[in-house]
Amino acid sequence: MNSNIVIGIIAVILCALPFIGVETYSLHLIIVILIWAFAYTGWSIMGRFGLVSLGHGAFMSIGGYVTALLWNNIGLSPWIGIPVSLLVSGLLAIVIGYPCFRYKIVGHYFALVTLALSEVVRQVIIATRDTTGGSLGYTPERHGEGISIVALQFSNDRIYFYYVALFVWMAGIMIWRYVDQSMSRYALEAISEDEDASAAVGVQVTREKLKVTVLSAVMTTFAGAMYCQYQMFISPDTIGGVGVSLQIVFAVVVGGIYNALGPTVGAVITIMLAEVLRISIGTASVCVSKDVCFNAAGVPLLIYGILLIVFIIFLPKGIVGGVADWWKSRSADPPDAAGSTQLEPAKAKTG
Amino acid sequence: MLAVQGLTKKFGGFTAVDNVDFSVEKGEIVGLIGPNGSGKSTIFNMLSGNLPPNAGSIKLQGREIAGLAPNVICGIGVGRTFQIPRPFKRLSILENAALAGFYGHGGSGISKSQAWRNAEEALSLVGLPTDAKASVDTLGAAGLKKLELAKALATKPNLLLADESLGGLDHSEMDQAAEMLGSIRNELGITIIWVEHIMGVLMKVVDRVMVLDHGEKISEGKPHEVAADKKVIEVYLGTDAEETAAAAVRA
Repeated sequence: MNSNIVIGIIAVILCALPFIGVETYSLHLIIVILIWAFAYTGWSIMGRFGLVSLGHGAFMSIGGYVTALLWNNIGLSPWIGIPVSLLVSGLLAIVIGYPCFRYKIVGHYFALVTLALSEVVRQVIIATRDTTGGSLGYTPERHGEGISIVALQFSNDRIYFYYVALFVWMAGIMIWRYVDQSMSRYALEAISEDEDASAAVGVQVTREKLKVTVLSAVMTTFAGAMYCQYQMFISPDTIGGVGVSLQIVFAVVVGGIYNALGPTVGAVITIMLAEVLRISIGTASVCVSKDVCFNAAGVPLLIYGILLIVFIIFLPKGIVGGVADWWKSRSADPPDAAGSTQLEPAKAKTG
Repeated sequence: MLAVQGLTKKFGGFTAVDNVDFSVEKGEIVGLIGPNGSGKSTIFNMLSGNLPPNAGSIKLQGREIAGLAPNVICGIGVGRTFQIPRPFKRLSILENAALAGFYGHGGSGISKSQAWRNAEEALSLVGLPTDAKASVDTLGAAGLKKLELAKALATKPNLLLADESLGGLDHSEMDQAAEMLGSIRNELGITIIWVEHIMGVLMKVVDRVMVLDHGEKISEGKPHEVAADKKVIEVYLGTDAEETAAAAVRA
């Protein structure tokens, strides 16, 4: 109940955002955050059940590249191209997932298989550079000037895309909550603990895992397609490869893997942080003394890495999970006099 | 109800179960006993689908189930417990049972609320709390055994496979558990195969006993007949043999 109200308030604020004088750059950042937040939410739908995929960069790049290649080469509108890309990645998820789940490749081994998937897809894009532009990246062709509904191109008018991204992000949160409240969630929690015992009470282990994997892959693919349509430029390293796959995992870990809004908070923090570091440090040199200077290009990554380690050690449930726990323990630990009244919110929270 | 013929399981060169035949009638409680390594758990795991047999057939109400997947066998109506309880600790007690109540019917349209009703029924049957939040961590050894049983019952089985339900329990808990299996059969009409290492209490409740040794069935019959069987006494030397005889006398 509580979280519904919070989400409602956030939704109203977000809808009104373009009209309360948010400047273009901020709006751009928010759109990027929403797109990535949707991808992260998609990842956490399976990640929270111990299905740690390091292959979601592959699905993301399929979304971008399949959509853009179909548009540029055979003029297929993204209205069809995006569903095709979703289908392709859904099938890929089955091809990779089925043997893994059937033969009980779990935990670290599953992570390694998916890690390979990231790299394979990235290498395929680079190897077919005549078609995909390789590591130099790829640009969907402009469909005339201004806004094109057919090509899902919104020119530089960010308001339209903002609402698209907002809608998609909200749909992502709703999907997350839908899964969270379904029986599949219990099955997947059980599977993550003990596959044999789950099968013994009738759970179709392989099927349940495949279902959630395909859902997660398709969501991430959709994020990739959105990213492509928004940025109008994709490259194997910006929406694919191991880098992006790890970025997804780290952001979700930072935000909180067990909460609907955790991945979004992760997206806000990691993207803002990356942006602040990029602007404040950029490619400047840091001089220790008059003669000893370093190129600081790697510093943002270094800070990023240190923060992640700190988070994993001290806030394993992420920011949202950590705050929720702290709130619960604070409310459940009443100062002597106001004991009973203090307990109420704690109960409402858990219910 | 259940007809097993020529059931054989080999692990490499070792024959764990060798050409075993038996049948179970509807509404019976059959005890399957034998010393460690006699093959009773292997038979149990073949019945539940956790191990595929090398040869032989297992027919449940005329349908061949040998080699089917565990979840399929569960869906057909065979519930099982695990010797060492395997609760889902990330779920509450009620959620554990509700999971079984929802998925244990071969995926046929069970509503969520029906699953929860099945779970509550099963939990109250074994005497566990049905409030939604009660954590698995609050259960002791006896409680965990009960939860195992509740999970199996929530799947609404026709045949219940109970694996060493008494291990790790004290005497009064053992008696309780045995009574519970008896009342599950009497009140719900569920057929039960009860695999047990400890013979004493089992003998009081079961209709029929099969004794395994080295993968072969060495004896079968009413509890007092089996307890008097020389071969069985040979296998269960010492205190176990006395216990068996004493139990038979009491029965």
